[in-house]
Amino acid sequence: MTDPILEIADLHVEFKTYEGPLKVLNGVSMSVQPGRRVGLVGEAGCGKTTTMRCVLGILPNPPGKITKGSIHFHGQDLLHFSKREFQRIRGHGISMIFQDPTAALNPVFTVGDQLETAIRYGSKQTASRKEIRHRALKALSEVQLPDTERILTCFPVELSGGMRQRVCIAMALATEPELLIADEPTTSLDVTIQDQILRLLYDLVENHGTAVIFITHSLGVVREMADEVYVMYAGNIVEGASKDELFHAPLHPYTQGLMSAVPKLTGGGVAEGIPGRIPEYISPPGGCRFHPRCTRAMSRCAGECPQFVTIHPSHQVACFLHSGESHG
Amino acid sequence: MRFFSHPLVKRRIEAARKGWYKFSKNPVSLVGLSVIVLILILAIFAPYVAPNPEHAGRYVNFAESNQPPSLHHWFGTDTFGRDILSRVFFGFRYSLIMGLVVLAIATPIGVVLGLLAGYYRNRWIGTLIMRITDIFLAVPPLILALVVCSILTPSLFNAMMAVTLVWWPWYCRLVYGLASSYRGEFFVQAAEVTGATKAHILFREILPNCVSSIFTKMSLDMGWVILIGASLSYVGLGAQPPTPDLGTMVADGAKYLPAQWWIAIFPALAIMLTVLGFNLIGDGFRDLFALEEV
Amino acid sequence: MLTFILKRIGLSVIALFGLSVLIFCICHVMPGDPVRMALGARASDWAVENMREQMHLNEPLYVQYYYWLSDAVHGNLGQSLVTRRAVVDDIKEFLPATVELALLSGIIMAVLGITLGAVSGRYSNTWIDNGVRIFSYVGIITPSFVFAILFLLLFGYVLHWFPTTGRLSAGLVRPPVITGMMTIDSLIAGDIAAFANVFWHMILPAFALAMGGMAQEARITRSTISDNLGRDYISSERGLGFPERLISLKYLLKPSLIPTISILGMDFAALFSNAFLVELIFNWPGLSRYGMNAILRKDINAVAAVVMILGILFVIVNIAVDLIVAWLDPRIRLSGQGGE
Repeated sequence: MTDPILEIADLHVEFKTYEGPLKVLNGVSMSVQPGRRVGLVGEAGCGKTTTMRCVLGILPNPPGKITKGSIHFHGQDLLHFSKREFQRIRGHGISMIFQDPTAALNPVFTVGDQLETAIRYGSKQTASRKEIRHRALKALSEVQLPDTERILTCFPVELSGGMRQRVCIAMALATEPELLIADEPTTSLDVTIQDQILRLLYDLVENHGTAVIFITHSLGVVREMADEVYVMYAGNIVEGASKDELFHAPLHPYTQGLMSAVPKLTGGGVAEGIPGRIPEYISPPGGCRFHPRCTRAMSRCAGECPQFVTIHPSHQVACFLHSGESHG
Repeated sequence: MRFFSHPLVKRRIEAARKGWYKFSKNPVSLVGLSVIVLILILAIFAPYVAPNPEHAGRYVNFAESNQPPSLHHWFGTDTFGRDILSRVFFGFRYSLIMGLVVLAIATPIGVVLGLLAGYYRNRWIGTLIMRITDIFLAVPPLILALVVCSILTPSLFNAMMAVTLVWWPWYCRLVYGLASSYRGEFFVQAAEVTGATKAHILFREILPNCVSSIFTKMSLDMGWVILIGASLSYVGLGAQPPTPDLGTMVADGAKYLPAQWWIAIFPALAIMLTVLGFNLIGDGFRDLFALEEV
Repeated sequence: MLTFILKRIGLSVIALFGLSVLIFCICHVMPGDPVRMALGARASDWAVENMREQMHLNEPLYVQYYYWLSDAVHGNLGQSLVTRRAVVDDIKEFLPATVELALLSGIIMAVLGITLGAVSGRYSNTWIDNGVRIFSYVGIITPSFVFAILFLLLFGYVLHWFPTTGRLSAGLVRPPVITGMMTIDSLIAGDIAAFANVFWHMILPAFALAMGGMAQEARITRSTISDNLGRDYISSERGLGFPERLISLKYLLKPSLIPTISILGMDFAALFSNAFLVELIFNWPGLSRYGMNAILRKDINAVAAVVMILGILFVIVNIAVDLIVAWLDPRIRLSGQGGE
């Protein structure tokens, strides 16, 4: 196994509010190999975006604070990076596509301006204006936008939602990052466009060999896009496995619940939801955060927090139901 | 007590309580509130708290004139020997009255016209109202107020009327903008479809959504109205002597700067304090309502 | 875009027209007989009656309005009952002084206000920020006449740093009148000494006028920048590797200027109205002081003319502001929004 390009270990994050600290992340661990596609699945509000903001170093500092844990990118400790060091690795090192392309693009500057600035500052070497422009056009055509010259002069308001998302993808990939974080890139788009964008992303990362972390709340998307999947619940990674493993044999009760909650077109049967709601982060349940909703909870679950242990080489889980079976 | 147990009333009280909780979390708003409460108390109870309440009226004592601030007269005395501290307390009355009266009249007029104009924006009545509003908004308020004041006999009452006349268009425009945008919202269309009367739509559907903006504007406006009132008094078009109006006092005292600085400075500070208080409260409301909108 | 401008101009013309009617009615409702006031109590009845005929004062109001309007269009705004000159001449003399002052004030207001606000917003919650916020509060709550008195007192009488009245010190020759604005005229004439002198006279009143607006601008800029700092596009830009400096100076500033410029328009207009008191205090021979005197002495022709001119200026400023905002914010231009 080659060294992971990104390694997050036991990350804890708190948000300070008037009512008290919100314990948003409660021990997140994951690792990403170079060139692999990793899916991060979880409900809205479980902490996916917060985790990724930590990786990029854009966690809003009041009120957010990293209280424990570490993040390593190519072995470098990101948590002790200065602003300058972060700025240097952003772009060609790590790049991000945001969920809402309309909010992610500066409304008063042209696409060309923003794209070219991204290329200029996100690349390893300095490039001439001509070259930057050339690369900008190339990036736009890679995301299959027509009439690239004109788009460079457009303002975001002039483009449709799908086109804006393509622009964001172009901006993220134009700097040829080693790791791309895609935060629900299709959620705010029409269903018909979603498929196109997903296919586009798939092809692009294939061609560039980029490692991707794909954040989504949709199992369907994960199934298409990812090689490995991490499942997140209420600030914890509860399960991590290769895609086939996860879908064939989900181990954590939450994952199993998610799987059965998806209505199936074939095979009949009724989709079942998971009873209960996600916990309040002000006073989360003690021990395993899922235990109040878990049908197979044991008394141990309320007291202790299960560790994230490796069951097979390609399957990890944080659950006391499987804790006796670790294989190193 | 049955009134208070009605569910709607209970909800309103609960909302008010929550609002107060949030409002009081903001130190700036609390400072503003304290300032205003202080001024209110001084103004209302002026005859009792002022050391020399009779100085607020016709009073002359040249032996004591132009005394600098001392233990006996905290703010000193003016050329007529009147205690400035007492006059300032009474002066607060006139400033507050001006603000209250102007807003009490201008706001309802402006809001109602704004609602009508916004809802009927594409009909003749909407256009008419907005064109009239535009006329009044074509010049800065102070100027028009000055002109109107000048044709009437200078007095506090006339100054209030002048400022009211100039002020209602701002509320009209504010509410017009809000009402126009709410008009297209689904809750309005739903009300129309189910046969609600126009009055109901305007006042029970659209208006409640505008209340927070109107309220914020009112609290900020108190300060501005008081400033305009002071400016009018400064040029002699407001309350007339011997009424202790703060603006008039500044004007009178300006002649004696820099030697007898206290005659002008203390009333000026009093004006500023009042405006500060309302500005802080207004900011507090703005923050309060902005959070709720998010 | 063009239709937008034309529509705005059209609406403004209607408003100005309505304003003219309004001001005309107000002026002619003034109690007291203006003619008698002008001619004096001892003028003969015949003289008074003659003048009344001349001024069409015996005709119905709408006829008087017609005369007034047609005269105005031909450049005759009547005669000032106070200065006894044609109002037009008075305006030619006094307007440039006010415009000059307002321009300097406006520049001070915009540049200093926005800079302070930007610095304050960028360094939120530090001592710089708190200092600027306190300063802005003081600026907003203090009436402009108080600033005028204080500045005059402190910098003029006590410290003697600045002259206390007028536009030009005695003994200096006034530069040839081209625009009427002494600063520009003296520059055109190459008279640097006069330019410096006039400029020096302008500083105190300009600052007194500018303080309120400066404080407003600083506040708005600060809160907008503070808000925009948290926006997704700024996080996104940071995430893509944009240098912090570039973000502050370019990508954060431009969107934040939009509300500021809108307020700037209003504040600039407020300058003209605050000038009424400030010019009086500094004895600055400008349109506002002229207007103020006209108001206090019920000089109806002058009042009407001054109000109309201010109205026109106000309208021009508002349209200019709308144009600038539309240029800054493509969302307004390109989605056809803006105005009513």
